Amino acid sequence: MNTPAGYRREAPGIHPPYDYRAYASTHKRAPRHEPMRIEHTLSEITGPRFARDTLGPGDGDLTLFAGGEALGERIIVTGRVLDEDGRAIPDSLIEIWQANSAGRYAHDSDQHEAPLDPHFSGIGRVMTGVDGAYRFLTVKPGAYPWRNHYNAWRPNHIHFSLFGPSFATRLITQMYFPGDPLLALDPIFNSVPDAAARERLVASFDIGVTIPEQALGYRFDFVLRGRGATPAQS
Amino acid sequence: MIPLQTPSQTIGPFFKPSLVRSGDETLARRESRGERIVIVGRVLDGDGAPLDDAMVEIWQANAAGRYDHRDDLQEKLIDPHFHGFGRGSTDQHGCFRFDTIKPGPVPGVGNVLQAPHINVSLFARGLLKRLVTRIYFPDEPSNAADAVLNAVPIVRRSTLIARVESTSPQPLLRFDIVLQGENETVFLDV
Repeated sequence: MNTPAGYRREAPGIHPPYDYRAYASTHKRAPRHEPMRIEHTLSEITGPRFARDTLGPGDGDLTLFAGGEALGERIIVTGRVLDEDGRAIPDSLIEIWQANSAGRYAHDSDQHEAPLDPHFSGIGRVMTGVDGAYRFLTVKPGAYPWRNHYNAWRPNHIHFSLFGPSFATRLITQMYFPGDPLLALDPIFNSVPDAAARERLVASFDIGVTIPEQALGYRFDFVLRGRGATPAQS
Repeated sequence: MIPLQTPSQTIGPFFKPSLVRSGDETLARRESRGERIVIVGRVLDGDGAPLDDAMVEIWQANAAGRYDHRDDLQEKLIDPHFHGFGRGSTDQHGCFRFDTIKPGPVPGVGNVLQAPHINVSLFARGLLKRLVTRIYFPDEPSNAADAVLNAVPIVRRSTLIARVESTSPQPLLRFDIVLQGENETVFLDV
C-alpha cells in the first residue's frame, strides 16, 4: 500500500514552550518529560473533515446576534490559510471566539466587571474557499484584565482554531492587532521565542479590505505545516 | 516570500460555547459498525488537581481500521456512519467522556500493523500548544509489537493504556491524563 507523505515538524523557535515562567498557568500544567517524537503514520496524516453544511448562514457575521447589532467598532478579518509551500488549504473549518468590545466574554467563568452585550456572542465559524481564503465580520474585541500578575491585561485578540488537512496540522492560536501597547507586556504573546514569528501573530490593517462607512479591514494569513518529502511509511 | 509556520497560542479559559457543542462527544451512531465503548477520564495537573477548563479531541479509525480521509488508501471499507472525530471539555471534576467504537488496527511504519489506538489532542489554559497522546486498549495482544508503545520506557508505558472500569452494559474504559509529575502521561511529538 502506498501512503502519502507525512508532514513537516514544528519549526524551531516558532512555537512556545510548554513551561514558560512569565505565564503562571503553565507551571503546574507543563509536562516534565519532553514529548516523545514518533514517525508519522496514517494516524497523523489523516484528520477530521467538516462539511460546509454544518455551518449556519450567519456564522461568519458576529455583528448580528439575537435580533440586534453588536456594539463596537465593526471590523473585517480576512486572509488565507496556506501550507509551508504556499499551497492553499481549501474546505477547512476555522472557528473563532473573542471578547466583546468592552473586553468581556459571553462565558460563565468570565467575571470581569465589564458589560455583556446581548447582541454579541463572540462565536463564529467559516470554511476556507478553494483558494484557502476566509472572511469574518465582527467587532474589535476589547482588552481585559487577568490575574497572571499585578495589573495584567490581555491585548486585544481573537482566538482561532484550525484543523488543516491532518491530525498533525491542528492549530489553535490568537490574532492580535497592530500598534497595541499591551503586546510588549503580554506573557502569552511573548511566549513565542522568535521575534519575527511573534509579529506573524499581528494582523495588518488594510484599507483595501476596509468597507467605506461600514467596517475597518484587517488581513491575517495562517501558515500550517506542509508536507514532508518522505513517505509516512513505506 | 517563504511561508513560515503560524505560532501556537493557548486556547485560554473561554472557548467552551464556541468550540464545544453537545453531541460532539458522541462518535458512535446507532448504525455505526463495531464494538461500542465508552471512554472516560480525568485531566489532572502537577498537584493532582483536576482541570475544569480543558478541551479533549479524539481522532480514530473505524472498526475495520480505516480512517475516513482521502489519504487513507487502504482497501478497507469506509463506514458511512462513522467519521471518527470527537470533542469534549472537562467538567468541574476534570472529567471527560466519549461514546465511540473500538477502532481496528491501522498500518504504521514499514506497513506493519499498529495496535488499535485513539489519537488524542489536549488543549487548556496554561498549555501554549496542544498536548498529543494515544489511548491504547488493555488485553490487546498486538500492544506487545506496537512501535510507539515499544519506544516508551516500560515504567511509563501503562500511562498510554486505558483501564477497564466495567464491562456491562458496554465496555467502560478509563484513561486519565496526568500533565505533570508522578504518573505523568507520555505525550507525543507529532
